Amino acid sequence: MSVETQKGRQDTAALTAPAPAIELRGISKSFGPVQANKDIAIKVAKGTIHGIIGENGAGKSTLMSILYGFYKADKGEILINGDHTDIPDSQAAIAAGIGMVFQHFKLVENFTVLENVVLGAESGPMLRPSLSKARKLLTQLSDEYELSVDPDAKIEDLSVGHQQRVEILKALYRQADILILDEPTGVLTPAEADHLFRILEGLRAQGKTIILITHKLREIMEITDTVSVMRRGQMTATVKTAETNPEQLAELMVGRKVLLQVDKAPAKLGDPILEVENLSVVDGDGVERVKGINFNVRAGEILGIAGVSGNGQSELLEVLAGYGKGTGTIRMNGDTLDLTGTKSDAKTRRKQGIAHVPEDRHAEGLILDFEAWENTALGYIDDPAYNRGLLMDNAAIRKDTEEKMERFDVRPPNPRLAAKNFSGGNQQKIVLAREIERNPDLLLIGQPTRGVDIGAIEFIHKQIVALRDQGKAIILVSVELEEIFSLSDRIAVMFDGHIMGERNPADTDEKELGLLMAGMTTEGA
Amino acid sequence: MDYGLIIQILDSTLRLATPLLLACLAGMFSERAGVFDIGLEGKMLAAAFLSAAVAAATGSVWLGLLAGIAASLALALLHGVASITFRGDQLISGVAINFLAAGLTVIVGQAWFSLGGRTPPLSGEGRFSEIEWPLAGIINDIPVAGPIYADIISGHTILVYVALLAVPLSWFVLFRTRYGLRLRAVGENPGAVDTAGISVTRLRYGAVLICGLLCGLAGAYLATGLAAGFVKEMTAGRGFIALAALIFAKWRPWHALGACLLFGFLDASAPFLENKDVLGVTIVPQFIQALPYMLTVFILAGFIGRADPPRAGGAAYVKER
Repeated sequence: MSVETQKGRQDTAALTAPAPAIELRGISKSFGPVQANKDIAIKVAKGTIHGIIGENGAGKSTLMSILYGFYKADKGEILINGDHTDIPDSQAAIAAGIGMVFQHFKLVENFTVLENVVLGAESGPMLRPSLSKARKLLTQLSDEYELSVDPDAKIEDLSVGHQQRVEILKALYRQADILILDEPTGVLTPAEADHLFRILEGLRAQGKTIILITHKLREIMEITDTVSVMRRGQMTATVKTAETNPEQLAELMVGRKVLLQVDKAPAKLGDPILEVENLSVVDGDGVERVKGINFNVRAGEILGIAGVSGNGQSELLEVLAGYGKGTGTIRMNGDTLDLTGTKSDAKTRRKQGIAHVPEDRHAEGLILDFEAWENTALGYIDDPAYNRGLLMDNAAIRKDTEEKMERFDVRPPNPRLAAKNFSGGNQQKIVLAREIERNPDLLLIGQPTRGVDIGAIEFIHKQIVALRDQGKAIILVSVELEEIFSLSDRIAVMFDGHIMGERNPADTDEKELGLLMAGMTTEGA
Repeated sequence: MDYGLIIQILDSTLRLATPLLLACLAGMFSERAGVFDIGLEGKMLAAAFLSAAVAAATGSVWLGLLAGIAASLALALLHGVASITFRGDQLISGVAINFLAAGLTVIVGQAWFSLGGRTPPLSGEGRFSEIEWPLAGIINDIPVAGPIYADIISGHTILVYVALLAVPLSWFVLFRTRYGLRLRAVGENPGAVDTAGISVTRLRYGAVLICGLLCGLAGAYLATGLAAGFVKEMTAGRGFIALAALIFAKWRPWHALGACLLFGFLDASAPFLENKDVLGVTIVPQFIQALPYMLTVFILAGFIGRADPPRAGGAAYVKER
């Protein structure tokens, strides 16, 4: 099709209906042999919230990066408000009225809110006039959209939710009409997420167009008008949100039917495996991260620990796993664990029957440049089966790894592939296989499905439940409330180093947990 | 200690602090923009050589100064290409520049002048002369205040005053202008700058070239102001002391002035402290030479407050997928 005929069609369309805020035609983009986007076409109507959903690696972020001028598409055209627009860099995107809120905020941490807002959009070579102009506009925007934030606060002193507001303010300050948000709720409490949605609704009411990239079906259903589904670099469907349901979207995302609910039998509780009494943890900066908490976990039970990240969950896991120091008493199968001395290390803990799937698999779970078999031996390198005299028995480790990969459906099942070459879900399966196959009495598992696609989430959840049904104890730390609800037999909520309360999942709801996560007791609220 | 000696020490404090201050501010621009630079030493050395060589050859110190700045800029550009465009390791590039300058200055100097790597001694128009402030000769006779004006404030070469003026100017540029905001931002979070639609590459090159300019002034001052000609290795670690001062100053212009004056003072008073007995302990010269580094270690260890370098310093910027 020639450009002229396209233009002609565009003109006739413009007479009948308003041009879409964004129209992409035939966008393709490859990184080396990987085709991240393949012939993508999409229309986003003005004044709507348009969701883009897809698994990790489906190409959502690449597509948005093209729209924001971070990458140049190999092929295809971009139309903004019906006009062909070339977006070679971010400056052009901003000029075209596009604003982007990245998943990892692009803020200068030790600058003030005001400085971050004006950065790159200053009104002149001198700073002061720019700042005072921005201050006025910021006050105005804050009132208009529930975006209140102290303009003189430093970013590093703000909560994550407020930092996100700064990102939105940045876009609005640049007079964005189209706002792209990439996984905006991943770091927010439920209350903060609700607030964000109110802000987005306010923006929509003012005629702004919003693109919401997420992998959370619930958010799509809750706030979007239209939703596009991406799978393996292609746009598989665009539907009106009102005319679809989560099951259908999940199927479109994964390409097969997915069980969204975890199927699990009632727990058969045994004896307490782990008892924690008055545990406190002080970090390297002298800040008390865990403040005298008490709990226990029984055989055959999954204890879910909910909370916004950074409220002591990580430190708790570290102490239990043996690589953090703490004070108090922890008994494992009746034996008191050493929390500060020479026996407080990960190796001893493993011998005592504690396995650990760390929260951050890139930093703590895997060595990304090592091959899968080397990663499988990590922490268990003393296993006689892995050794022959003084030397490692590489062949035996590889064979064992291959079997583990087979059982955990790791794709590709190649032990010689470096960990970094697996997708997030498959990396997590490698870690999970390493830990679960050791048949631990207690499994510590942090953020088991962070950055993991839906298909793998289903598999990982099944494995966790299977382990529990074998009569093992599991401590699950997750910031995903849905995950906590679907897996846990009992839920403890952490806030500021305290356990705010324990709940039975059947007797509580997201609202109550959300309040506990924000540090409010339900009696007081 | 008599008053004349104090004046004398303070006078040379200012002279000795000048190259440190210029180099320190040079490093500040580069590192604030996220490009670590341990090649200050090399750039100063190259500038010292070429300024002295050109001044000797042409008889004009101003041409010498321009040549010195050009030499320093060339090395700065090299550092920029290696660490910004090719995303090389900034430390390795800096070390390479130091070696390159140490070797090239001697080889070229020998080939040019056949004086064993030296340049011919400079005199007259080939050197920066000292600027006598108005009435200095008369005011000098006023007791106490007189010598402060006549010897400490007056009677330095132009580059000393340039260095002193560079302090408020740097402060103004860094903290009161759009350019400064962007420059500081690119050293803290280049991603924020990039997504704001500003070129990270251009900003960093700009900062690296400012660094080159200031190092050029520092080097030229060494050979044509402080001394009268180039001798090999004449920077004698001043580039590293300037880096120490930069950390000591926590990357702030006014603090840099303080740190450089302190280190200059240590240098100036060294001849009077060496081999003296203090509380029954003899001060060896090495102790005084090591003092700036020891003070910096104390800072780094957190004894005198924390010194947090720019957060994105030392790393090349790569767009994330």
